[in-house]
Amino acid sequence: MDNKSLVSIDDYSKEEILEVLARAAQFEKNPNCNLLEGKVVASLFFEPSTRTRLSFETAISRMGGRIVGFTDSSSSSVTKGETLKDTTKMVSNYCDLIVMRHPIEGSARYASEVSDVPIINAGDGANQHPTQTMLDLYSIMKTQGTLENLNIFMVGDLKYGRTVHSLLMALSHFNPTFHFIAPPELEIPRGYKIFMEKNNIKYFEHSEFNDIINDADILYMTRVQKERFADPLEYEKVKNVYILKNDMLDNTKANMRILHPLPRVNEIAVDVDNNPKAYYFQQALNGVYARQAIIAKALNL
Amino acid sequence: MNTKKELQVSAIENGTVIDHIPAEYLFQVITILGLDKSKNSVTFGNNLESKILGKKAIIKISDKFFKDEEINKISLIAPHAKLNIIRDYKVAEKKIVESPKKVVGIAKCMNPKCITNVEAVTTRFQVINNAPITLKCHYCEKITDHKNIEIV
Repeated sequence: MDNKSLVSIDDYSKEEILEVLARAAQFEKNPNCNLLEGKVVASLFFEPSTRTRLSFETAISRMGGRIVGFTDSSSSSVTKGETLKDTTKMVSNYCDLIVMRHPIEGSARYASEVSDVPIINAGDGANQHPTQTMLDLYSIMKTQGTLENLNIFMVGDLKYGRTVHSLLMALSHFNPTFHFIAPPELEIPRGYKIFMEKNNIKYFEHSEFNDIINDADILYMTRVQKERFADPLEYEKVKNVYILKNDMLDNTKANMRILHPLPRVNEIAVDVDNNPKAYYFQQALNGVYARQAIIAKALNL
Repeated sequence: MNTKKELQVSAIENGTVIDHIPAEYLFQVITILGLDKSKNSVTFGNNLESKILGKKAIIKISDKFFKDEEINKISLIAPHAKLNIIRDYKVAEKKIVESPKKVVGIAKCMNPKCITNVEAVTTRFQVINNAPITLKCHYCEKITDHKNIEIV
C-alpha cells in the first residue's frame, strides 16, 4: 500500500490541502518545468472522460513527463477479461505514477493497495473525484483570498453529485456556512447532514432558487440529471426551476463567483457567461495547476 | 410453564457453549468460526424454542476456548449470542459477543457497483455504529446497514 496515493479527499489533512493549494499557485506562475523529466506516468482511463484526461495530460506534459496508457477500456486487455488487479500490477512495473479513471466504486483504493507506485484517482464511479475537489478549492481560494468562514451555496443535484459531497467534506475544515438549494428528490443525503451536525457546521436547506443567493460568496451550480429520476414527470417539474439567469446576479455580492464542475446543459443561461462573476471556465483551467501540484506531492518532488 | 429439565443438546465436560444464535444463521456461524474444519467434537441444535429469538440455535464445542477477536466476528449475524465457558460440566464464565471495530472478509458490501462485488477482493469495513450495527466499506465508502448485512 502506498500512502502517497490520492484516492479520496479525506486522504489529505487540512495542512496538506493548504500545502497543495500553495504549490498550485506556484505552478500557475510557472507552469512549464522539468520536474517529471525522465518519468513515465500511466494514464489509465477505463471509461472515457475527455475533460479530466486532457487536464491531467496537460499537467504531465507541462512538467516534462511522458505518458503511456489508454483512453477507454475497449483498447486495453480488459476486453480480454483481465482483472483490475492484474492490469494495475503490470502497469505499476512500467511507470512512476498511475492516474486512473474507473467506473467501479472503490477501484482506486483497491488499485492503490496492489500497486507499487502511487495512484491518483481521476474518478471511481459515483464515489470520489478528489482532483476535482482540489481544483474547486483552488478556485475558491483564488477568488476569495481565503477558504475560511465563507457562505457556500450549492444548487441542483445534491443527492448524487459526488463533486458536491467531496467539496462539502473538504470545506468542513474551514468553518463554512452551507446553503443547499435542491428539489426534495435531490436533497443532500442524510449521512452528510449528520456529519455537519456532528462537526457543528452551519447549514440551511432551501427548495426555492431566488434572492437568497445575495448572501453567497460562492455559488456552486450542478446539473440536474434526467437519468436520476424514476418518474419523467418529476424531472419535467424541476428541470427548469434551478436555472441561473443573469438578472438574478444583480444584487449579489461583488466578490461572489459562480462555479460549475462542467459540463453544463441549461442550468446556467448563456447570458451569464459574460458576467464577471462567472468563473467556470477559469475554474477548469485551474484544474491543470491543481493536478500539477497533486502529482508533485504524490512523487515527493 | 415448561418445567422439563432435559437438555436439547447434551452437556459437555469442558469447552464453549454458544447460545442464542438466530436459527437461520447457525451454519454461517459454524463457517465463520471454522467449526466445519474443527477436529474438536461439535454438537449443535437448531430451531429450538427461544423466548427472545423465536427459533434459536445452540452450538457446543468440546475443549475449545475462543479468543475474543475470534468470537466477535459472529456479532454481525448473532448480536445477542451468549457464551458459556464450561469447565467440569459447570459454567465457569459467561461472555457476551461484542462488535469489532473492523470487519474483514466476513460481510458483503451492499453496493452492487463496489469493486468487492466485481473482483475477488477481500471486503473490509469500519464499524461506524454498534447498535444497530452499521458498516462503512473501506473501498467504495458506502454504508451497509444491519438490515442489509449479508455474510460472505
